[in-house]
Amino acid sequence: MAIIVTPDTRVLVQGITGEFGARHTKLSLDYGSKIVAGVTPGKGGQFFEHGVHRVPIFNTVAEAVAATGATASAVFVPPPFAADAILEGVDAGLDLCVAITEGIPIRDMIEVKRAMAGRKTRLIGPNCPGIVTPGAGKDSAGGCRIGIAPGYIHKKGHVGVVSRSGTLTYEAVFQLTSKNIGQTTSVGIGGDPVNGTSHLDVVKMFNDDPETWGIIMIGEIGGNAEVEAARWVKANCKKPVAGFIAGATAPAGRRMGHAGAVVGGAEDTAAAKIAVFQECGIECAVTPSDMADALIRAAARTGTKLA
Amino acid sequence: MNIHEYQAKALFEKFGVAVPKGVPARTPSEFEGAIKQLPAGAVIVKSQIHAGGRGKGTFTDGFKGGVKFAQTPADALDYANRMFGNTLVTAQTGPAGRKVQTIYFAQATDITKEYYLAILLDRVTSRPVIVASTEGGVEIEKVAHDSPEKIFKIVIDPAVGLMGYQARELAFKLGLTGDYFKNAVKLITALYTMFWKTDASMVEVNPLITTPGGQVLALDAKVSFDDNALFRHPELTALRDLNEEDPKEIEASKFNLSYIALDGNIACLVNGAGLAMSTMDIIKHYGGSPANFLDVGGGASKDQVQAAFKIILTDPNVKGIMVNIFGGIMDCNTIATGVVAAARELGLTIPLVVRLEGNNVAAGKRTLAESGLTIHSADTMADAAQKIVKLVA
Repeated sequence: MAIIVTPDTRVLVQGITGEFGARHTKLSLDYGSKIVAGVTPGKGGQFFEHGVHRVPIFNTVAEAVAATGATASAVFVPPPFAADAILEGVDAGLDLCVAITEGIPIRDMIEVKRAMAGRKTRLIGPNCPGIVTPGAGKDSAGGCRIGIAPGYIHKKGHVGVVSRSGTLTYEAVFQLTSKNIGQTTSVGIGGDPVNGTSHLDVVKMFNDDPETWGIIMIGEIGGNAEVEAARWVKANCKKPVAGFIAGATAPAGRRMGHAGAVVGGAEDTAAAKIAVFQECGIECAVTPSDMADALIRAAARTGTKLA
Repeated sequence: MNIHEYQAKALFEKFGVAVPKGVPARTPSEFEGAIKQLPAGAVIVKSQIHAGGRGKGTFTDGFKGGVKFAQTPADALDYANRMFGNTLVTAQTGPAGRKVQTIYFAQATDITKEYYLAILLDRVTSRPVIVASTEGGVEIEKVAHDSPEKIFKIVIDPAVGLMGYQARELAFKLGLTGDYFKNAVKLITALYTMFWKTDASMVEVNPLITTPGGQVLALDAKVSFDDNALFRHPELTALRDLNEEDPKEIEASKFNLSYIALDGNIACLVNGAGLAMSTMDIIKHYGGSPANFLDVGGGASKDQVQAAFKIILTDPNVKGIMVNIFGGIMDCNTIATGVVAAARELGLTIPLVVRLEGNNVAAGKRTLAESGLTIHSADTMADAAQKIVKLVA
């Protein structure tokens, strides 16, 4: 079992006819993911065609869910309309909503998060690369890819990866795959200060997943989400965990690309987070080139297999 | 986006947050007229720059204090003339300082006591939080460290907004009674409305003051807005002061590049914010010093790469460049073509190390190798960082 999504997960794409949404829907179809519906208000009844695939488009998420049994969505809707799109998915009773959109106003996300309290939908993102559960085929084809991550760098296996940053996630996954170590699921939770799923949420799921044998947790400056997850790992997680924190050289008060990556106080610097990781028994990667090796070191300490 | 104090105070007044009367002036010819608009009495003369610590700052010509108390209009005029066009260096500006191009004249007010008030995002609850303290006019980080019991926090439920009982609770905790209490509740409520309606990411009033006459006033004002929400606030976007921003950062934003100038000598060009930050880190790790943060984004084009090179090279400190691209979806050959074109066009003479990985990487590496240019290729981030540090040393 992977976490959150499996190769059988039925996925709909909100914003499937936009350039960005269309491009990545094609890549997900090529990867073998079950993209069963698209939603673009006003284009219901049309089809999204790609090779042998003919994906029906609906006006609303509720219609798409009723007609196709989709349980997860990828949101590629532009920032001004993204909060609306997420809540439409929540109201339609989806299990999972993955918001790829970058640049959603923070106030919108504060309202979305409040409106989602007590609802069953899990939100991943926004401003994230999405989620990949690799498949068993060539270059991990046949898996579930929701979002914009390159599917082919993955390999089906037993390491869980969670990260706020897209390209840094790919870097970690690629290092693992190059060393012949596969992944159960790789989750990009996004770089915004208000997001749906935290490091801790994902780490707990990896801990509960018997197929996940080791975890790489990648964080960055700003906020205390990584610290929260690290303290939980110390108290509850027996699996080897490696960590990396980006932004050691970032100046205070400057936003480093991600809306969430700002050093505000003493607790959210890279140095403070790395110190907590070490205190919690998480093997820290010395450089970003060292992420897979750090996990190998952590696994060796406990004699855990990774592949 | 940050704005000046005088702009923030104008917004405060619009939303009913009480401030001492003040008038901005953008040229010396406006100074006298501005001072005359204030009630008779002492005047505070305030340099307008986007940085804190102005009062304790020093101008590059040796004049001390970016905020001055003037007993008479003549003094106020004299101070304003000394500040205007002069460069103010504070703890937050860095050694280069900032040129003062607007002076704000404010009515001097008697102060009974100073407080602290701010509204920002509480990342733990994903809700707005109001932070207040009986210790105003000092660094709040120091208060939080030394006497955390003097800091009060109220978390707001965004479904209903700030409730009356919450504003009252905060005013009571600050120890306010009578007119002070009533005026504080009014001010806190108005400030929250402004925070929410303007998509502010932070409003900070330090100090908030009480006066002998029973007033509660925002003596200073620091406001920043969520850049992602500016599209729905054209009136706020108009407050942007390009003089306060690095010209290289402005140029970068035109090409959708996220660029931040730093003080090292190794420039970097990376795709993705996390990877860009860690590229800076790895340069430092191997003994170098990054000249910038530069994220070309997930789908960088050849044009963006060329624009990025131009911007990087306008920094005279740059002695070498490290390109680090993980082309997941993006074609590495597109990046390689952009790098070669930029290097040719700009007649690049400083060392360039390129690390490409991902989609179509073999073609990308071939493009670099066959360009006839001296481009050092690297296989991993560590390899690239070590190479560029060595080449620049």
